[in-house]
Amino acid sequence: MSDKKKIELPDPSDIKEDILAKYPKKVAKKRAKSMVINDPEMDQEQQSNVRTIPGIITQRGCCYAGCKGVVLGPTRDIVNLTHGPIGCGFYSWLTRRNQTDPGPDGENYMTYCFSTDMQDSNIVFGGEKKLADAIREAYEIFKPHAISIFSTCPIGLIGDDIHTVARQMKQELGINVFGFSCEGYKGVSQSAGHHIANNRIFTDVVGLDDVVRPGKFRVNLLGEYNIGGDAFILEKYFEQMDINLVSTYSGNSTVRDFENSHTVDLNMVMCHRSINYIAEMMEKKYGIPWIKVNFIGAEATAKSLRKIAEYFEDDQLKSKVEKIIKSEMKEVKIVIDQVKPRLEGKVAMMYVGGSRAHHYQELFNEMGMVTVSAGYEFAHRDDYEGRKVLDSIKIDADSRNIEELTVVKDETKFRPELPEKKASLLEKGYRFEDYEGMMPDMKKNSLVVDDISHWESEKLIEYYKPDIFCAGIKEKYVIQKYGIPMKQLHSYDYGGPYAGFKGAINFYKEIDRMINTNVWKLIAPPWKNQPEIVAKMADVEY
Amino acid sequence: MLLRHTPKEIKERKALTVNPAKTCQPIGAMYAALGIHGCLPHSHGSQGCCSYHRSTLTRHYKEPVMAGTSSFTEGSSVFGGQANLLASIQNIFTIYEPEIIAVHSTCLSETIGDDLKQIIEKAREDGKIPLGRHVIHCNTPSYVGSHITGYANMVKGAIDYFAESTGKKADRVNLISGWVEPSDMREIKRIASLMGANSILLPDTSDVVDSPQTGSFNMYPKGGTTIADMVASGDSKATLACGEWATKDAAIKLENKCKVPFEITDIPIGIQATDRFVTKLSKQAEVTIPESINNERGRLLDVITDMHQYLHGKRVALWGDPDQIIPMVEFLLDLDMKPVYIVSGTPGKRMANRLEELLSEKVPEAKYKNGELADMFLLHQWIKNEPVDLLIGNTYGKYISRDEQIPFLRMGFPIVDRIGHSYFPTVGYMGGLRIVEKILGLLMDKQDAECPETSFELVM
Ligand code: SF4
Ligand code: SF4
Repeated sequence: MSDKKKIELPDPSDIKEDILAKYPKKVAKKRAKSMVINDPEMDQEQQSNVRTIPGIITQRGCCYAGCKGVVLGPTRDIVNLTHGPIGCGFYSWLTRRNQTDPGPDGENYMTYCFSTDMQDSNIVFGGEKKLADAIREAYEIFKPHAISIFSTCPIGLIGDDIHTVARQMKQELGINVFGFSCEGYKGVSQSAGHHIANNRIFTDVVGLDDVVRPGKFRVNLLGEYNIGGDAFILEKYFEQMDINLVSTYSGNSTVRDFENSHTVDLNMVMCHRSINYIAEMMEKKYGIPWIKVNFIGAEATAKSLRKIAEYFEDDQLKSKVEKIIKSEMKEVKIVIDQVKPRLEGKVAMMYVGGSRAHHYQELFNEMGMVTVSAGYEFAHRDDYEGRKVLDSIKIDADSRNIEELTVVKDETKFRPELPEKKASLLEKGYRFEDYEGMMPDMKKNSLVVDDISHWESEKLIEYYKPDIFCAGIKEKYVIQKYGIPMKQLHSYDYGGPYAGFKGAINFYKEIDRMINTNVWKLIAPPWKNQPEIVAKMADVEY
Repeated sequence: MLLRHTPKEIKERKALTVNPAKTCQPIGAMYAALGIHGCLPHSHGSQGCCSYHRSTLTRHYKEPVMAGTSSFTEGSSVFGGQANLLASIQNIFTIYEPEIIAVHSTCLSETIGDDLKQIIEKAREDGKIPLGRHVIHCNTPSYVGSHITGYANMVKGAIDYFAESTGKKADRVNLISGWVEPSDMREIKRIASLMGANSILLPDTSDVVDSPQTGSFNMYPKGGTTIADMVASGDSKATLACGEWATKDAAIKLENKCKVPFEITDIPIGIQATDRFVTKLSKQAEVTIPESINNERGRLLDVITDMHQYLHGKRVALWGDPDQIIPMVEFLLDLDMKPVYIVSGTPGKRMANRLEELLSEKVPEAKYKNGELADMFLLHQWIKNEPVDLLIGNTYGKYISRDEQIPFLRMGFPIVDRIGHSYFPTVGYMGGLRIVEKILGLLMDKQDAECPETSFELVM
């Protein structure tokens, strides 16, 4: 909020040196560029989207996880078939908390895990036949709207051609069947998988259903995955604003909605990292402009809602938005006033994902807390430094392998009125494609760390002694062993929702609970500093 | 309905697995390696596998699960992962300073054909392994076997590397633990010590994945089998291997390498499997069975005789690992319950044979299947055709439980929605007591919730 206290952060150069000192020379040299001491006034290059150094203990997962787990996982009317040995499919089975609401009889395959469970003979002789059989069987049993195939590491190596199998099956079964070559070794993190997922949905799904749905305003929300019900909260706002939210990529989503998603007037991008590709491609092919929004944080939500209303230049819509903001902000303020005295000045650190480590700083700011250090797990330079650096990003060998689709204007479906609208709004100072990245929003001397390693987080915890630390499941209990509350920002610790105004309130209360619980104070036993008691107890034989 | 597309009608499948009752080898190797003191597991492959395995183990234990990865890129998958593993070994010893790195492969490095043994040899020649530090390994291709196979391979790998025979036998027994919880490993040690049997337990995840909150993080917690004990296991006079699938290979290895004779026994779940465990241990260790063990056994039997009416005839569906399911089925039969449906994704004909022996007379209608395509989807379809009174298995059963309104006892791996398994054992007589108490609680809570008010009971 606006009454942010001026807190000067110490220069963390020493701790950075300390951390690097432990590393072998080559490692130190590489990691140094991933740890930037922030100066929001300056242009600083943040090394990111580069290979993780072997043995470093990283947070990162693989391309398959980004493709199947992140982008396609939350879509319910499709059988997502993992082609590979059993593990990859097993681990991505229901482990992200994408909520979905299929209604009483809607299609929902998200509770199922489908796998070809490749055996050694399939690895030796190839798995294409087994894949085709599995698709047939899935069709016979489930009659789904669509089936997709996800390749895992060994599939790429043995050379199964999943796309040919997909084409054949599509013809044979008469439903949409398509494949993702998202082998885990592609790229350097989940990020490659996002891109691959975006590409294939764009080529094989978007644009299949041209029936324009009702409503004066139609939009897509991109990069909102409905963890803990975030999307449900946002859906309600759109309802109240009489905006038809045609599709969400991909929280609480259906393939049917994706098919129709090129009919909207505006794309709104939440998680820039995972989904900007499809926004860009839709603009090129159909003319749909996109804006960056953020619904994490009450202020950010208000700002985003206003921005949407401004886009449509509709007074009724604007007044609806103001009404929502006014009534919701009242409650927000009540809770902030309650928690702020207990949280003001507390220190937070967060290393997670590709957008949340930025977005969640808003929420901490609103409580008067300070983010001293943050970083992403799989983001690119534009997510740190802003889209202004896009042209200067060098494409390395690992990224070059990820297909960049050549998209051309669809002469029949392109809507020229949209770029016209865009041009006129631009003139009035309205901003499109406007992601400025994390670093300009962070304090001077905050430490920005990309793809943080376990060693680095250990040292930084010692140094900053944070009141709360945010990351993912693998870090959760490591951090808590230090006696520091740890908030998972992938799964929300099975809580949430945290989006929108209601979500912000949930988050304030949650952080207040975590930081101010009594239990941390009980960790040291009362006799710890009373040697005589310990000595006497040691005499007792059991 | 959560599993709304599961039809009652069963169509034969030959290629499609739905809702598997197993996972892949490396996670087992990782879990076993956590049971070695001062050891950092390392996944040789792309970083996704390692991330998945760590996450799953973390969710199951709500504890730190540390492991390294070779972080393959597309280049490594073309040219092989040697450079990645060499770099990993050097980086890990420099940065994280474990005593041991336990490397397991993944589907990717197996398909490429990386030779772990040779790469580790090279690391040694290149001076990347500091003096007194060790790199052990095992191969864990996930297109063979299951997570249990991976566990078995890592235990065997550890023994293969460390066990030594001085030629002088010690008055000591090796206990090789199948895939059980840290609580169970602790209980196995307690039983052995109650009996006065001098023993070494391998692996031993107690005091590793159930470590106390002290306000400080220790990357290598105090638990885990030590190097000294693993070396000494070669001089033990006998080995008792608990759980054929997970421990047999290691026991054979130890016999071949160090001439330690072994016996295989089931994981001591329930009365008879614990009876066998205790009997065999007393013979191998040449100790008598103390009164305290008789008392524990007696207490379990007492509760069963008291509460038999609530258990008798109840139909049960189970899924999980053969080493746990076999003694569990035997125990359920001893409780006069009816294990009617059983699936396990872990292959091995022996499972069907053992179940046949146990079930053919007492529950001739029982259906069971293991290996490829023996999945929870099939189990659910069986249930849809004729329901059961109780489900026993890992957390994924909660979807069936809710849809079909069937009480659900969580056992096996992973359990990601309840705590308790790390702290309260299910092995031994005391573990048996816990199982019975849990089953009774579930069945009686259902009765209390659903019976007509007229027959609502105060005393049960
Ligand atoms: S690729 Fe193999 S080792 Fe990796 S998660 Fe999948 S099944 Fe397991
Ligand atoms: S095998 Fe490949 S696709 Fe599967 S989890 Fe591992 S890295 Fe990911």
